[in-house]
Amino acid sequence: MKRLVALLLATLLVAPALAVEPSEMLPDPALEGRAREIGRELRCVVCQNQSIDDSAAEVARDMRRAVRERLSAGDKDEQVFAYMVARYGDYVLLKPPFKAGTWALWLGGPLVLLVAGGALLIAARRRKLPVAPAPLSEEEQRRLAALLDR
Amino acid sequence: MIPELGHFALILALAVALVQGTLPLLGAARGDDRLMALGRTAALTQALLVIVAFGALTQAYVTSDFSVANVVANSHSAKPLLYKISGVWGNHEGSMLLWALILALFGAAVAIFGAGLPDTLRSRVLAIQALIGVGFLAFLLFTSNPFERVSPPPLDGNGLNPLLQDPGLAFHPPLLYLGYVGFSVTYAFGIAALLEGRVDAAWARWVRPWTLAAWCFLTLGIALGSWWAYYILGWGGFWFWDPVENASLMPWLAGTALLHSAIVVEKRDALKSWTVLLAILAFSLSLLGTFLVRSGVLTSVHAFAQDPARGMFILAFLLLVTGGGLALYAWRAPQLQGGGLFQPVSREGALILNNLLLCTLAATVLLGTLYPLFLDLLTGNKVSVGPPFFNATFVPICAPLFAALCVGPLLNWKRAELWPALMKLRLAFIVSIVAAIVAATAIDSRATLAAVAFGFGVWLIAGSLAGFVERVWNGRLRTLPRSFIGMTIAHAALGVVVLGSVGTAAWNTELIKTMKPGDTAAFAGFDVKLDRIENLQGPNYIAERATLSLSVDGKPYTVLTPERRLFTVQRRQVAETSIHTNLLRDIYATLGEGGAEGGWVIRLYYNPLAPWIWLGAALCALGGFVSLSDRRLRIGAPSRTRVLTQPAE
Repeated sequence: MKRLVALLLATLLVAPALAVEPSEMLPDPALEGRAREIGRELRCVVCQNQSIDDSAAEVARDMRRAVRERLSAGDKDEQVFAYMVARYGDYVLLKPPFKAGTWALWLGGPLVLLVAGGALLIAARRRKLPVAPAPLSEEEQRRLAALLDR
Repeated sequence: MIPELGHFALILALAVALVQGTLPLLGAARGDDRLMALGRTAALTQALLVIVAFGALTQAYVTSDFSVANVVANSHSAKPLLYKISGVWGNHEGSMLLWALILALFGAAVAIFGAGLPDTLRSRVLAIQALIGVGFLAFLLFTSNPFERVSPPPLDGNGLNPLLQDPGLAFHPPLLYLGYVGFSVTYAFGIAALLEGRVDAAWARWVRPWTLAAWCFLTLGIALGSWWAYYILGWGGFWFWDPVENASLMPWLAGTALLHSAIVVEKRDALKSWTVLLAILAFSLSLLGTFLVRSGVLTSVHAFAQDPARGMFILAFLLLVTGGGLALYAWRAPQLQGGGLFQPVSREGALILNNLLLCTLAATVLLGTLYPLFLDLLTGNKVSVGPPFFNATFVPICAPLFAALCVGPLLNWKRAELWPALMKLRLAFIVSIVAAIVAATAIDSRATLAAVAFGFGVWLIAGSLAGFVERVWNGRLRTLPRSFIGMTIAHAALGVVVLGSVGTAAWNTELIKTMKPGDTAAFAGFDVKLDRIENLQGPNYIAERATLSLSVDGKPYTVLTPERRLFTVQRRQVAETSIHTNLLRDIYATLGEGGAEGGWVIRLYYNPLAPWIWLGAALCALGGFVSLSDRRLRIGAPSRTRVLTQPAE
């Protein structure tokens, strides 16, 4: 039985491993640290909402290697991002750049805050300054006097 | 036979729901007592019928009745009993049946506990609840029938997704749905109030316990989901800003806002129409969450188009509920005249700020979740909105919210002075500044933002306790209302969650290493030794298990046994993490790929304060439950005469 289990494990356990592998890691811890940081900001292009740092997919592994190759070649972080964008498009960035197609995405939240907050402030200010009631007209004064006399 | 009974009960439930959704409404409009009384009976009958249907499906799962297509697709005879039962809601059809069940149970609860409600309000609430039920029951019967048979029945089933075979996830959907569906009661109360044209303190007292209960369950559901993700996905994260997570966060944020604005309606008779709007929005966001998760639209906009029946149905239903609710609101809300006036600096003002910020947060999440879908649909352009985006947009808005959170409860109603409230918080302020400085210098000098966030976490705890301590100091512990104690717990618990998140996200350390049996490594002050790797056989999986012993200075500390499980039926591999916790930090181990020649990939994470995330969330829900037990909500609400004479506090 044990042998059978071992055999099954050996043949069936070909499923991908988790995320970053020791074999991929760069020997320089500082450089590897940068690679990890960058990896968290890049999307695995075949996964659903996973960064390449988290993903077990084959493509993610290739992308992680590409990032490390660029870093080893002396690229700055921005250059690595630019390289990945050139290959995969803006889609690869988990934090989309601020441009024509995404301004609504970036500004939507702050806009809600500004508009709603502004409206509230204006409403509060209006309430603070109540309009003094109009003085009584002569006709009203006369009626008031008549009522009081009665 | 039994599945047919379940199917039949479901059809009957739809018929009853149709009656319940129409006649009492008519009765309320005409003042016909008999038609209104029907609502109560119908609600109880409907609940009973859906219970029968749910029981029938559960029976099919427990007995592994493979003549039912749903059981074939999602169960297996070798599965442990717990997962046979949780398999009932671990799939599309079953989870929708659970939705309908909880909805019907909430309807029955309103019928039972709502005896003290005005007749017209109760019948209208029950009718609106039933109309929501009609939507879900029709959805089940026409697009997602869980009782469909297969012929000939196969010998065994396909089994449940192994990731779902976990105690955490077994109870995650029911809790989440208790939250989602709980907001349906609030929605029904909101719509009924619009129909009645009246919102008063009595209404708010009725709405608040339902909102509070729904909110507590949703909090627990989200926390359980996050905990599950933490220990099952195998890389130590706890919140991924995944659309599925966002789908549950949005109604939570709106529900939290509702919880607070309802207080203003109850105590000060103000913010009425805004509170009704929030009630509509909170449930709409719950439905949106269900739509996002259930229609497949998240996988891709095109997957949605390929199986349009289900997606279109939920989308139409969503538009009807949201659009109908908002249209009615636009028409009737102007009639809801606000009462109590107040200055900007006051308890009311603070609660408005709370609402403003929470709604901004909800809008941010909504935008980030839907933007990629709309952009793809409208222009065909693809854009990724991931954790870095949310960290950049969501987190900054939390700062003013957290800063104001401790001040608000110390302000008086109507008109308050800011300075005395701030003076009461001076000690909490000093403590949190010191905490931030300690974090920035002693723990991690590079992570400045983490240190600031840590300071905020301490501020939330110390600041929330300040008001509590002051009252206890004045000898008022015995007379403290439960709602005040609950609030203190919940607010401080938020701080605990913040501390846990900062610790885990910013100060964690990890070790990823290829090891062979006998190898050692140094990690976070421990000496780690891989003792052995062995094969073992579970009930429906086979596994490789690593035994890692951790020691400090030669003294054995603990043993971690991460596994890699292969579920034989699905041929899917799942990492079973092994976690050692002392409630201050987790040591987290997973076993990766490997073999006897090359060694195995071992991952170790040291996550400071990680358990506090879920401990804090549980405390938060506890605070809600404590508040729910307040006398005011149990006794004060039903009598109308008291409401008329109620003085403004």
